[in-house]
Amino acid sequence: MTVIAVVLVFGFFTYNAQVNMENRGIDFGYGFLSQESSFDVQFSLIEYDGSHSYFRAYLVGLLNTILVSVIGIIIATILGVIVGIARLSPNYLINKFAAFYVEFFRNIPLLLQIFFWYFAALRALPLPQDAEAMFGIAFLTIKGLYVPAFIWQNFNIFFYSIVAAIIAIIVIRYQAKKLQETQGKQTPVLLVSIGLILVLPLISFLIGGVRLSFEVPVLKQLATTSFIYEGGVSLPPELIALALSLSLYTATFIAECVRAGIQGIGKGQKEAAASIGLTPNQVLKLVVMPQALRIIIPPTTNQYLNLTKNSSLAAAIAYPDLVLVFAGTALMQTGKAIEIVSITMFTYLSLSIAISLFMNWYNNKIAIQEK
Amino acid sequence: MSKINFFKPDKSNLNIFLYLGSFLFFVSFLDVLLNSFFSVNLTGFLPSFLSYFFPLIVGFIGLYFIRIELSGIKQLDLLNKHINTNNFNAILSLLIIFIILKSIPPILSWFFIDASFAGDSKDVCSGTGACWTYIKVWMRRFMYGMYPNGEQWRINLSFIALALLGSVGYFATDKFKKYLTLYYVVIYPFIAFLFIFFFISGGPVFFDFSYGIIAAILSIIIGFFIPSKFKFYYFLIVPFALYVLLKYFIFYEELIELGKLDGLNWVETGAWGGLSLTFIISFFCLIFCFPIGMAFALGRRSGFPLIRYISIGFIEFWRGVPLITVLFMSAVMFPMFLPADFFIDKLVRCIIAISLFEAAYVAEVIRGGLQALPRGQYEAAKSLGMGYWRMHIFVILPQALKLVIPGIANTFLALVKDTPLIFVVGLLEIVGMLNLAKTNPEWLGFAMEGYVFAAIIFWIICYAMSKYSYNLEQKYKTDR
Repeated sequence: MTVIAVVLVFGFFTYNAQVNMENRGIDFGYGFLSQESSFDVQFSLIEYDGSHSYFRAYLVGLLNTILVSVIGIIIATILGVIVGIARLSPNYLINKFAAFYVEFFRNIPLLLQIFFWYFAALRALPLPQDAEAMFGIAFLTIKGLYVPAFIWQNFNIFFYSIVAAIIAIIVIRYQAKKLQETQGKQTPVLLVSIGLILVLPLISFLIGGVRLSFEVPVLKQLATTSFIYEGGVSLPPELIALALSLSLYTATFIAECVRAGIQGIGKGQKEAAASIGLTPNQVLKLVVMPQALRIIIPPTTNQYLNLTKNSSLAAAIAYPDLVLVFAGTALMQTGKAIEIVSITMFTYLSLSIAISLFMNWYNNKIAIQEK
Repeated sequence: MSKINFFKPDKSNLNIFLYLGSFLFFVSFLDVLLNSFFSVNLTGFLPSFLSYFFPLIVGFIGLYFIRIELSGIKQLDLLNKHINTNNFNAILSLLIIFIILKSIPPILSWFFIDASFAGDSKDVCSGTGACWTYIKVWMRRFMYGMYPNGEQWRINLSFIALALLGSVGYFATDKFKKYLTLYYVVIYPFIAFLFIFFFISGGPVFFDFSYGIIAAILSIIIGFFIPSKFKFYYFLIVPFALYVLLKYFIFYEELIELGKLDGLNWVETGAWGGLSLTFIISFFCLIFCFPIGMAFALGRRSGFPLIRYISIGFIEFWRGVPLITVLFMSAVMFPMFLPADFFIDKLVRCIIAISLFEAAYVAEVIRGGLQALPRGQYEAAKSLGMGYWRMHIFVILPQALKLVIPGIANTFLALVKDTPLIFVVGLLEIVGMLNLAKTNPEWLGFAMEGYVFAAIIFWIICYAMSKYSYNLEQKYKTDR
């Protein structure tokens, strides 16, 4: 009976869709993806203009979405962990300050925060011609953030040196862990790692022939009142506003996850660790954090997913993400509502599934290995 | 008096350290205070770099001096314990104190001292402070959207009536307490529905929905004669079938004439807006998403594979996509799947979309509660001879829902915070109205005031909701 009902409902919808599309003279199909798109996108990571295909436009939107999500996730994680730990601080002022931050940003709709940063806060920035240089090289103006571009020579050698450093660090960590498990010796892994990742690329500069120069943005006058910076990398204000509000908003939730995770570790664990002579830092690193991570990771994964999905609010401030470029402009031009909306939704579904698979894998890795 | 070692404050020279330390701390405090409130720089004679860090350094030394363990003075010990445990904490405490001191004057002056409240035109807003006149002038638009000014009493009256009807639970005597659940789950939403659609909307829409009411009553009456085995499927299908039958085949023309009563003017939903629209959408989505979510939570734990997979598919699909694409779908894709002459109002489509979306989240929360119950509860209920529905309604769900009050409250909060997204389909609630108002050529440049105003309103609503859910959680907490 349920089967029949489901089939009937789907049949009804499909039939209607066919009739409607016939009436409007639209044919169903994904062929439009290879057609020329003939619209421009303000900000894109890959080369794109109107002569490229709709599929290319889709890629531009997708990459922009991923870019803002990754920036947001990184900042939100750092901020969230700091605030989460601060909420557990014995220091009354720090504690209350962190609590205030969490309660304040958590209870205001994200869209409102995005609008606030984009339309109110960032609009108060100076015009390009009035902007003062930050450290002499970067300019924060109403038209975006201009930072110097890196110009590399022999970039591949530099890249290999970094890869070598990372491999060395992994090997050293592995050895250090083994040493600790067998002989109980502690090695300063962090210091060695930092040293390696600094020294190896430095060597590549000294003897590998790697050269790095900066292309500092320069003010250029287009008309009597119109100025613009040329050269360097420019980050549009949409990206800044979006990344800022996404990370400030999500950090509050991550902070709560971190706090819950650390509070979930019994007091006895900390006292036991302290009583066998571990220093407070060692207690945090070797006893509390490994256990707390197990509690922290699943809800934090949800927050990462939320952040990625919330990045679609970009459409509200015209940051060219997937929704704006593809479900907005491309849909207006082609009128292929069913195809485009389904592709967009499918993309977000895949992104969500990819993130949750990765985090599940990581979660399994650190979960308790039952014997 | 013993020899004083300034690098190691101890109890033997308590008074000296105490006076010296508090003096230094007070100096640093005073310096920042004067600097921020009266813009007087006490240390102007120093190089600018030193002058900048002067309060921090002096305050730090001061805090270092008064950090004496077990001094015997209660307040000092408390102070040390709370803000002055070690050097790092001392610096952080100082920084926070200075930030607060520094930020009070600009905030105060922007909000109150330099702000303009009077008047009703842009001219009064020439100061550096906020222009609350702008909010005052646009207040009606922010609250009611494009709803005609003369008709706004209808919204007020409806909300007041609904609030009064909603508070019935507090005054109910014990005799009527057992009907409260029925009242809140079935009757109250129904009344709310009638109020919103017949009173706020007005006009001939009335009789369009009267078909629905007739269909519901008819199907309930017939339902009494249906064997209980098929009742579930019966109620799944027959009411909708009856509605369509009534609407399209039986006395359509006759009733549409009756519907054109000379009553309230019809206000199309496109004109609704502002904070009242936020309330309307949140209210209906809250009401609808809860039962749908509950159904899918039960479906996900159902014994029938088909129902289970449909539920899993439903939940995972909605949880995987952003709300904005769901609204896009409801706006551009959904009409394609309906018969050409079948028109569903934009607002209704929005409410359906948000309800389905949030229902998936509610379903996962409730599933958590269902899973948290020990098996013994299910087995005990079954051994008493209870069927599936009886077991769930009387034993499982009351306990499971109690467990997940915080989770459900979080979902509802997320729902309220998601309502501004309806700008996608062109409905303007308060944030949308703000965006409209700030592009008005007569009132350019007051975006900040508008967003701060809306942020305060949303903050109050959300904070109140989270506090209420906390109280509810405490109230229904039972030790198990």
